[in-house]
Amino acid sequence: MVLRSIGGVTGLAAVALLAGFAARGAGAAADTTLPGRAIAHAQERGNCLACHRMPADPGAVTEADLGPVLADLKSRYPDRAALRAQVWDARRANPDTLMPPYGAHAILTDAEIDAIVDYLLTL
Amino acid sequence: MIGRLRAAARKAAGAGLAAIAVGVGAGAAIADTPIDPDTERASIVRRFQQRFPGRPLDDYVLGAFMLNPAGRAHYDDIMAFAPFLPDIERGRVLWETPLKDGRTYADCLPDGGRNLAGRLPRYDEAEARVVTFEMLLNRCRREAGEAEYRHDDRATMGLLTAWARTLSDGMRMDVRVDTPGARAKWDAGRALFHRRIGQMNFACVQCHVDNAGRTMRMEIISPVVGQATHFPLWRSGETLYTPHMRFTRCMEQVRAQPFPAGSEAFNNLEYYHATLSNGLPLQANVYRR
Ligand code: HEC
Ligand code: HEC
Repeated sequence: MVLRSIGGVTGLAAVALLAGFAARGAGAAADTTLPGRAIAHAQERGNCLACHRMPADPGAVTEADLGPVLADLKSRYPDRAALRAQVWDARRANPDTLMPPYGAHAILTDAEIDAIVDYLLTL
Repeated sequence: MIGRLRAAARKAAGAGLAAIAVGVGAGAAIADTPIDPDTERASIVRRFQQRFPGRPLDDYVLGAFMLNPAGRAHYDDIMAFAPFLPDIERGRVLWETPLKDGRTYADCLPDGGRNLAGRLPRYDEAEARVVTFEMLLNRCRREAGEAEYRHDDRATMGLLTAWARTLSDGMRMDVRVDTPGARAKWDAGRALFHRRIGQMNFACVQCHVDNAGRTMRMEIISPVVGQATHFPLWRSGETLYTPHMRFTRCMEQVRAQPFPAGSEAFNNLEYYHATLSNGLPLQANVYRR
């Protein structure tokens, strides 16, 4: 939420700032070699970019603001299972959520969700 | 009020997926919707006016372009030399060509078809169902001994409406829900608008009310108010969309099995959807991305 309001001031500044966060949090920019990246980005698969920005990954081209900016997830989700649960069925945390229930509705397989979570932890 | 809308949405969502799966029309069981059409429209308009302060209501006919000055400029450029003008002329030929009995659509429709589109869909008491503009045109064809046009055929029904709706340009939408029968169909349309559908589990209301003005990947989502005013629309300036074709597109996007164009479920949805644009001016044939 804090990050979002920063984004409101100027997109580029926010990107720079968030990249800074990521650099401190994860120690590097997103790992773009991970297989989960393509699954997360592709429109016909995860399509996460429909709703989320991923400022640590310069290849994540989107202007979406339907969901929170995905950044610094490693420190925000010390428990990997909690992050996985969010992707598997976001309704558990918020029954009114807009986020699709990727696992519960079989939009993605368990293996694909695991791969995405690996990638998310580098954002 | 919003809490009540949410609760109703949640209630509809519970029954929703199962109903969609068997292809049943929008739940007739939800005839006790506690919200009447005027209150519904007023409360949605109020939410938008809080979100987009100072915007005159007439601006809403611009859809997403209302919220995007660069896109608006692009829209104005394209509309100045619209690539679909020759197609509208082809629609005019369809409109003017006499039917088998020698009569034209203008002979068949009240007031020559002028200022008609903004009063549709309407509820027909005798037929006990919602009647759309397309259905009236097909009724003219049927009475003249012609085969009906398919509702999803751009080259016939699509082009015919592209011309015929221009005869209502400028009129203000005035879609009435006056009787218990009409109200039941409106309620059914409302239930579908609020129902979470498809693998992605989205309802129309979540995008076009709750998140209108936000950006989905690169695309600003338009507010539902004003959406019914400008059909057919031309995506990329090239591909014609009737209301039902546009509903189909959104349902495909959320990976739901769309209802057929011309189906009762879509007629009811269009009826509800149109009432939310009441008071706004019609303009047929606009460019959309
Ligand atoms: C249609 C919109 C939408 C899509 C698509 C979407 N999300 Fe979300 N996501 C949200 C919203 C809205 C939230 C905010 C929390 C809530 O409402 O549940 C969220 C929250 C999250 C969170 C928690 C963020 C935090 O700050 O704690 C994560 C992680 C996440 N999403 C990952 C993903 C991934 C990975 C994908 C794709 C596989 C994805 N989302 C697709 C809308 C979406
Ligand atoms: C996941 C988000 C989402 C859902 C759910 C959704 N839409 Fe859309 N819709 C869009 C986007 C994005 C566009 C294109 C941009 C815009 O709004 O003009 C659009 C466009 C439209 C348009 C054309 C608006 C215009 O001015 O050109 C109509 C009408 C429409 N949707 C109706 C519906 C209906 C009815 C439903 C439910 C059956 C629905 N939508 C569900 C995202 C959605």
